[in-house]
Amino acid sequence: MRRLVVWMALGAVALVAVSSAAALTEARQETTLTVYSGREEILVKPIMDRFTKETGIQLKVRYASSTSLATALIEEGKDSPADVFWATESGTLGLVAARGLLKRLPQTTVGKVPSRFSTPSRRWVGTSGRSRVLAYNTQALTPAELPASVWALTNPRWKGKVGLPPTNGSFQAFVGAMLYLNGEDRTRDWLRGLRENGVRFYPNNTTTVQAVGRGEVQLGLVNHYYLYNLLAGDPNLPVRNYWFQAGDPGALVLAAGVGIVSATKNDAAAQRFVDFLLSKWAQRFIARGPGAAEYPLIKGVLPRPGLPTLKEIAGPKYNLGRLAADLPAAVKLLLETGYIK
Amino acid sequence: MSTRAATSPARRAPLLLIGAAATVAVAAVLPLAYLVVRAVAADADARALVPLSITVELVLGTALLAVGVVAAALAVGVPLAWLVVRTDVPGRRLWGLAASLPLVIPSFVAALALLGALAPRGLVQQTLEPLGVETLPEIAGYWGALLALTLSTYPYVFLLTAAALRSIDPSAEEAARGLGAGRLAVLVRATLPSLRPTLAAASLLVALYVLSDFGAVSLMGYSTLTTAIYSRYESLLALDSAAILALVLVGLAAVVVGLTSRFRLRGAIYRSTPGVGRSAQVVRLGRWRWPALAFCTTVAGIFLVLPLGVLVWWSMKPDPVTGRAVAWGAALNSAGVAAAAAALAALVVLPVAVLVWRFPSRLSRLLDRLTLFPNALPGIAVALALVFFGARFGFLYQSLALLLIAYLVRFMPYALASTRASLDSVNPRLEEAARSLGRRPVGATAAVVFPLARSGMLAGAALVFLSTVKELPATLLLRPIGFETLATEIWKGTALGAYSGVAPSALLLVLIAAPVVYLLSWRNAWELGAPD
Repeated sequence: MRRLVVWMALGAVALVAVSSAAALTEARQETTLTVYSGREEILVKPIMDRFTKETGIQLKVRYASSTSLATALIEEGKDSPADVFWATESGTLGLVAARGLLKRLPQTTVGKVPSRFSTPSRRWVGTSGRSRVLAYNTQALTPAELPASVWALTNPRWKGKVGLPPTNGSFQAFVGAMLYLNGEDRTRDWLRGLRENGVRFYPNNTTTVQAVGRGEVQLGLVNHYYLYNLLAGDPNLPVRNYWFQAGDPGALVLAAGVGIVSATKNDAAAQRFVDFLLSKWAQRFIARGPGAAEYPLIKGVLPRPGLPTLKEIAGPKYNLGRLAADLPAAVKLLLETGYIK
Repeated sequence: MSTRAATSPARRAPLLLIGAAATVAVAAVLPLAYLVVRAVAADADARALVPLSITVELVLGTALLAVGVVAAALAVGVPLAWLVVRTDVPGRRLWGLAASLPLVIPSFVAALALLGALAPRGLVQQTLEPLGVETLPEIAGYWGALLALTLSTYPYVFLLTAAALRSIDPSAEEAARGLGAGRLAVLVRATLPSLRPTLAAASLLVALYVLSDFGAVSLMGYSTLTTAIYSRYESLLALDSAAILALVLVGLAAVVVGLTSRFRLRGAIYRSTPGVGRSAQVVRLGRWRWPALAFCTTVAGIFLVLPLGVLVWWSMKPDPVTGRAVAWGAALNSAGVAAAAAALAALVVLPVAVLVWRFPSRLSRLLDRLTLFPNALPGIAVALALVFFGARFGFLYQSLALLLIAYLVRFMPYALASTRASLDSVNPRLEEAARSLGRRPVGATAAVVFPLARSGMLAGAALVFLSTVKELPATLLLRPIGFETLATEIWKGTALGAYSGVAPSALLLVLIAAPVVYLLSWRNAWELGAPD
């Protein structure tokens, strides 16, 4: 009798195993478009769902950091299962494009956004703009006390009070731009100076802004829109964004963007996905959906009220197409200076 | 397997069996080869991404944590085991149960819960607020990681030590007492030395656990080799440098294994007599029972009640970032994939186990060693090796099969050790008897051996199930697109700072693991699962 029970238990275990495996292969067959998304699931899931609802095209989405997805695309080469690469950070797209792994997009698609948010070779197109900001704790500081430039953060005044996410793609892109604009020596000195000044590291933008909110640090170097997502959950969060002075590298404007993977066999569906991201609905969702606050890039969609316009943010003069070269150099410097361990 | 083998007693193993066992052993070691190839072939650019200074810093940081956790786990687990097994401390059964239950809590959940409880403005501070406690010191970093990993590992020390205390020959202690030694002297001069091999084995287990831990150290923001490997994996074009660091980590694990195996053999005290052991005298604590009780209560409070309390407390309030959601689909995936890994592991180790048991030879011992070897390999190193392996064999790439292979390579040793131990108690004569009664070789094995070895196989499978459900780094690196487990859901939530939002999933994970731990502690199978 006991033996019977044991074998029945083993059988049940095997059954669960086989059926879950079967369910997985089944789920795999009905999907048609594979998207590598560097954008976080919690932010973009509604967009993915809406696309499937509107077009009937099923999506299989691999969510990971844009940098690791770019690495994966390069490792996979021609055998990549991906159709579309949607990155938080255009530099990773440029890097994949430089290896001939992204298709040229039609002018009608690229023409929907200002030219600074794509490249002449049309391998990727921006889907939203984002600005680098200094998030500050409103209980500890007033805007008048804040430094005019990102360079000032190495000042002893800010010792132990600055937090940032060193593995985040946008932070790395900012360092890449700084490298190009201000040279390797000055950038390295600044990075080292910050570390000597007790800068604190966080896993990503969200956790950095939360740390500013808790008062663990008073300042955070982040992208502007994470704050609004957190404010939607907790309107009392004592954090606000501050933009550095005109021309400062700390006020860089970056782009999230999308490209079609050369290995795709689903050209039409991939193109529909790209166009969907540049549709009024998606752009409005990215700009003004619940907790959203990115900059829309197509005409006729306005940014979230209360944000400075992209024209008002006078970031440094920097061509985003350069990031394909500057981003790997930045990652190397960050590894060398111990920001990435 | 010819009929001739049935007529003459088989001294040589059937080729089919050797072939099957060799396949399993090679499959267990093969992924590592890919890691080595990749690391050795790394160019100067990749090597520049692992400067010596940073590598040294990481190795020291990892080793320092391992030493700290081993010391802490011994300091908590050994006295607790002694109190529960050898003394009349009140509530012994309760404390014994409380000390094995943390095994259901994965290290990253432990870290999460401890952060929630002990953060500057966490649960404990909120409870103490009326008393004027405005903020607590931070527990992140080294001390946070130490605390979380002590929670995860002291149960192993406790269970191994308790089992040893029950089985060691009390004659050395009695002799010491007879020679006029006081209670403390007996403990220090007789009991502890006879525990030495057990403590060495437990230390090894704990140290390897710390070396391979990824979740707790990440959440606590403490950099070790595993977090460095992961950040390179996540980084841009740094896979080769990740492979180099993974090899460094494997090397460190080898050093740990080497050190403990030396320590273990030195000065061991063996049984003076064979045969049935007598149980040792119960130590009456007298007025010391109150401090002892306080100790037991504190350990259970910090390492069991507090973390589970935080999870329950969080589960009852919505999270500001993600709301409150239970990932039922992920729970099904977790249970399904762990069940598959457990069933497969129990099956694939059979050829090796039978070969070693029935046909001991240099070859069979080698195959056995090879199969056990990956147990000392940190999960993230195995996963990275399989990333390279999968890239080479396209059909495996991003498949569920590759994830299952990772679980098998990493946890199959539990199944093997457990199956082998139960086979060892089977007298080969039984099989011969069945053969002489007319059974074919395979039939004889199936009819006589498996029923007897079944409990070991089941215990091994249960251990594999438990380890798989709690596994994080390999699942993160190798899960197919769209396949989320409770572990990865919790990980993703914590990346968003949604600590309370993942609490229901964490509780669910604990609930899935709990019956298995109960089954195992009931079977007292932990000793079998300990790598050696």
